[in-house]
Amino acid sequence: MAKSNWLGAIRLGLIGGVIAVLVALVGMVEVFGERDIVAGVISMGQTLLVLTVLLVGYITASRTAGSQRLVGVASGALAGLLTSAMLVVLLLIGKAVNLRPVLINASPVLYKILTFGQDTGTGVLILLALGLVIGVVAGIIHWLPPRVRGAVIAGLLLVGLIGLLQDLLRVTLAPFPEVSKAVAWMFGSKGQKGLSVAGAIVVFTVVAAVSYLWAAQGNNLQRRVRALPPSGQRAVRWGSLALAFAMLLVWPQVAGPYLSDVSNQVGLFILAGLGLNIVVGFAGLLDLGYVAFFAIGAYVMGVMTTTGGEIATNFQWTFWEALPVAVGASVLMGVILGIPVLKMRGDYLAIVTLGFGEIIRILAISDFLKPYEGGSLGIVLVGKPTLGSLVMETPQSLYYLIFAGCLLAVFISWRLRDSRVGRAWKAMREDEDVAQAMGMNLVTTKLLAFATGAAFSGLAGAIFAAKLSTVYPHSFTLLYSINVLSLIIVGGMGSLPGVFVGALVLVGLPELLREFSEYRLLMYGALLIVMMLTRPEGFWPEATHRREFHEEEAVVEPVPSSAPAP
Amino acid sequence: MLRRALERFNVSDLSLYVVGAPIIALIVVGSFATLRAGHYTTRQWFDFIIFGLAQGSIYALIALGYTLVYGILRMINFAHSEVFMSGAYAGFFVASALSRSKFLDSNPVVGLLVIFAVAILTSVGVAVLLERIAYRPLRRAPRLVPLITAIGASFFLQYTVRGLFGSQFKTYPTVAILGGTWTLGANFVIQRIQVLVIVAAALLMFGLYSFVQRTKTGKAMRAVSEDKDVAALMGIDVDAIIVRTFVLGAALAGAAGVLYSLMFRQAQFFMGFIPGIKAFTAAVLGGIGNVPGAMLGGVFLGLFESVGPTLFLDGLKVPAPYQLKDVIAFTMLVLVLVFRPTGILGERLARAKA
Amino acid sequence: MAILTARKVTKRFGGLTAVDTLDLEIAEKSIHSVIGPNGAGKTTFFNCVTGFYSPEEGEILFDGHRVERFSADQITRLGVARTYQNIRLFANLTALENILVGQHSRLKSGMIDAIFNTPRNRREEKEAVEEARRLLNFVGLTGKGDHLAKNLAYGDQRRLEVARALASRPKLLMLDEPTAGMNPRETGEMTAFIRRLRDELGLTIMLIEHHMGVVMDISEVITVLDYGEKIAEGNPAEIQTNPRVIEAYLGRETEAVA
Repeated sequence: MAKSNWLGAIRLGLIGGVIAVLVALVGMVEVFGERDIVAGVISMGQTLLVLTVLLVGYITASRTAGSQRLVGVASGALAGLLTSAMLVVLLLIGKAVNLRPVLINASPVLYKILTFGQDTGTGVLILLALGLVIGVVAGIIHWLPPRVRGAVIAGLLLVGLIGLLQDLLRVTLAPFPEVSKAVAWMFGSKGQKGLSVAGAIVVFTVVAAVSYLWAAQGNNLQRRVRALPPSGQRAVRWGSLALAFAMLLVWPQVAGPYLSDVSNQVGLFILAGLGLNIVVGFAGLLDLGYVAFFAIGAYVMGVMTTTGGEIATNFQWTFWEALPVAVGASVLMGVILGIPVLKMRGDYLAIVTLGFGEIIRILAISDFLKPYEGGSLGIVLVGKPTLGSLVMETPQSLYYLIFAGCLLAVFISWRLRDSRVGRAWKAMREDEDVAQAMGMNLVTTKLLAFATGAAFSGLAGAIFAAKLSTVYPHSFTLLYSINVLSLIIVGGMGSLPGVFVGALVLVGLPELLREFSEYRLLMYGALLIVMMLTRPEGFWPEATHRREFHEEEAVVEPVPSSAPAP
Repeated sequence: MLRRALERFNVSDLSLYVVGAPIIALIVVGSFATLRAGHYTTRQWFDFIIFGLAQGSIYALIALGYTLVYGILRMINFAHSEVFMSGAYAGFFVASALSRSKFLDSNPVVGLLVIFAVAILTSVGVAVLLERIAYRPLRRAPRLVPLITAIGASFFLQYTVRGLFGSQFKTYPTVAILGGTWTLGANFVIQRIQVLVIVAAALLMFGLYSFVQRTKTGKAMRAVSEDKDVAALMGIDVDAIIVRTFVLGAALAGAAGVLYSLMFRQAQFFMGFIPGIKAFTAAVLGGIGNVPGAMLGGVFLGLFESVGPTLFLDGLKVPAPYQLKDVIAFTMLVLVLVFRPTGILGERLARAKA
Repeated sequence: MAILTARKVTKRFGGLTAVDTLDLEIAEKSIHSVIGPNGAGKTTFFNCVTGFYSPEEGEILFDGHRVERFSADQITRLGVARTYQNIRLFANLTALENILVGQHSRLKSGMIDAIFNTPRNRREEKEAVEEARRLLNFVGLTGKGDHLAKNLAYGDQRRLEVARALASRPKLLMLDEPTAGMNPRETGEMTAFIRRLRDELGLTIMLIEHHMGVVMDISEVITVLDYGEKIAEGNPAEIQTNPRVIEAYLGRETEAVA
């Protein structure tokens, strides 16, 4: 085995160790320690550490293995050992010196988790042994043939996911006592979180088996679909879309109020994300003040419909009367802001829009505008949307409103994407000077993108206000803009399905796991960096539209690029 | 003649003035009203100005980091505000340790130097890591990619610091020699800390300016900012120069972090955000990529922000005008971009070669 | 008749005068080359004509319009199209989409048309795609329309750039070093292609070129620039024997050797 392999393994192991120590010291291990993935066996906090070691081991193995697989396993083991050794160092230092005055999370609880409740000596040994073992496991996973590897990874991921979300599954299954009784063995006993050991094994086996078979048969299926004539392919595509549509329509009836509410939050982010996707993804304009339009939509809705009476104006319009005004106001602000700003070249835009978002927030909170929009007290008793005599109050009924909004936004985005305007946006994103030399007026073209984005965001804001029935300035911080930006980047800039994926992962998941909230931005930050370094096109990249021969010959659909190595 | 004028006429230019003119009018009317009402004494105005100068000096120090990096990489180093913040944090831990051991009281000058040194080293470390891990691999990527990375890095650093050290405000210890005031003439009073901030910032900026103008590294930096490829052909190690640029900017930001914290007596994980945008505004104000411009822009913005709310808004009977100081600063940015996109000292940046 | 007239055009960058009181006339339907040593101001002059830069002094008349203060998009709409020295395609769009973007100024559909997919939008899109395919065929890229521009071979990229420029149906086509980086065979094809553009489409063509074989082969008029000034103008035979031109080129070369 070459010397450089060892050095590489040592380097990666140390980097992994730094990450593991950081994860421990920012408090994630402790905070997530309360949620078990497999009851009594492994908590989510520990999972994070295990995952770090696994990743480090796997990457090391894939970098060093070459043709010799045993070398991969050995270097994976070395890296795993080093990663856990760094944790041991933290443990030993922490036991000797009180780090707490500086590092607030270097607490006895953390040490207890790291030593598995044993005394220091035993704990250190266990930790090192585990690092070694997990490193070996990672090396072996890398060794497996691709299809088996995929199945194992899928199995592990799903065990993790179901373990995390088991609360939710219980709640969802509650209305169906037969089902919930049948799967009760999957979960730990009452009061415990996480899967039972048996449950974990079964979930892993089933998922791995299904995924293994799918890898064999799924390709086959795809090939058969691709062999169909274009009309048949279109039928398949429309068919699956219709099925998805029907499932989304039924969803709130199955999901119950809590999940519907989470879906609503995801939906509002999808709506806003579709708007920002036009601005950033299509037109390449980095807007960091996107929250401003959301805020304007919400405030206009609040001011026009409130029946609270604490503010000077007293319109008391209905939701539907106020909605166009709210969206219109957002668009207007988009245009007014856009004009001075869009003449600037690229990166000024990011800062100016950021500043603009802050202006709106500060104005909203200030005493200056308080008589008109409530200042820091906000607006209460915002009107609820109605449909005929039905007042949309429950999360389930609001779901349909948000669903309709998303549908509209998807439709508009889809139509615009391959139109003259959409092409102009994309050309501008690629090269502004040349785009201008194609005869397009840059300011107008940018304004169109900005205004469309503002409209979607304003719509999301207006629905948001009606949904909560209140408008508070504290909802409209920079973090909202970053949230939306992160979700479209993770999904894939310019990609419509990407917005859905991004919103589900970045909004839905943290919403379901409340412990995440504290680390949300930390993770977003890390995610943005890692995405840009390794996969700037996102998880569901924008599809290339093929049409030179779209009628005459069979269309060869772009083969989805293989999933990233986990 | 008229036809020609119409041919050249541009709707978007007009609309710029439609946005800009009312703001200017508001500023002028507000200032007159405030001055005529005369609620404020000369001494109060003097205080505003000194405070503005001190604040502005700090902005200028941070702005230099933005401007240097932008000059070389044409990239907004969004995480620069966190470089500033990490300096302030490092300074805090050293300062409180020195204060506990009474060293800061017995040897205040040495103590302060140590605080500055540690803060500067920390900031430099963060910046170098940032450049190495997050920016260097993306040197040839489309513009949006490093910018998004920088935003990610900014949040990552903020919340890592929060996770490691907690979200509460860290109160800086008092340094006896910096407390108290000096009295000038009849009744003008200056706080000592403000004098320190202004003088230290001026010295640092002078040092940087001479460095960029005189030294070989400075010349190489200018060469790289003109054209990276040509500079590389001339035998300049472009990567090394870029790292040095980050180091310089970070050193100034670290010092600014300590100065800021000494003045406001606190540090917090989110503290870099607002000064960061302000400093960027200052850099744009002065003409981004331009070193003296960033200094001028910083001081100008500091003054504007300190004097502005009272001067422009009080006369218009706006309640609690000081709440709106950030609005004034950002409006300033928009105005500059409208009327003089290249900043006060900026030359027209040569557009990408077609 | 002149389609483009430049009078005393001057463009400075700081202390450097890149184009110095340049007078130039391009006759309609001619092939006119601008040559000169590196840094002579050729591309800068191109950029002035196409609205990338606006000259400090002088006037530029195109097809009866004073255009020296026009923006690039306005000039394109008047009928000037160009290619770039270092190819500047929209890298992540397909070849076909690149040409569709090239047609931007000729198409009318706005956002509302697109959202409601109005009959006008449908007709226009259909015609645009057909036109794009015709142009692909014309430049010899048949069947490559669905490739991303960045994945095309170098010579194909050059040709695609020409097709994109043609898509706006220009009167004047400006080619900035169209044969740069090509091998002799590709260069020969490109030369023939340029001549075809003029003969079949009736375009006026202005080109910057370093390859003297190409220049002497296809140009009707050649303008020689040095340090931003015009030092000679005439047909290929005149230029080849002009002592100032020889000096400008040879002088430079001796320096380079020394």
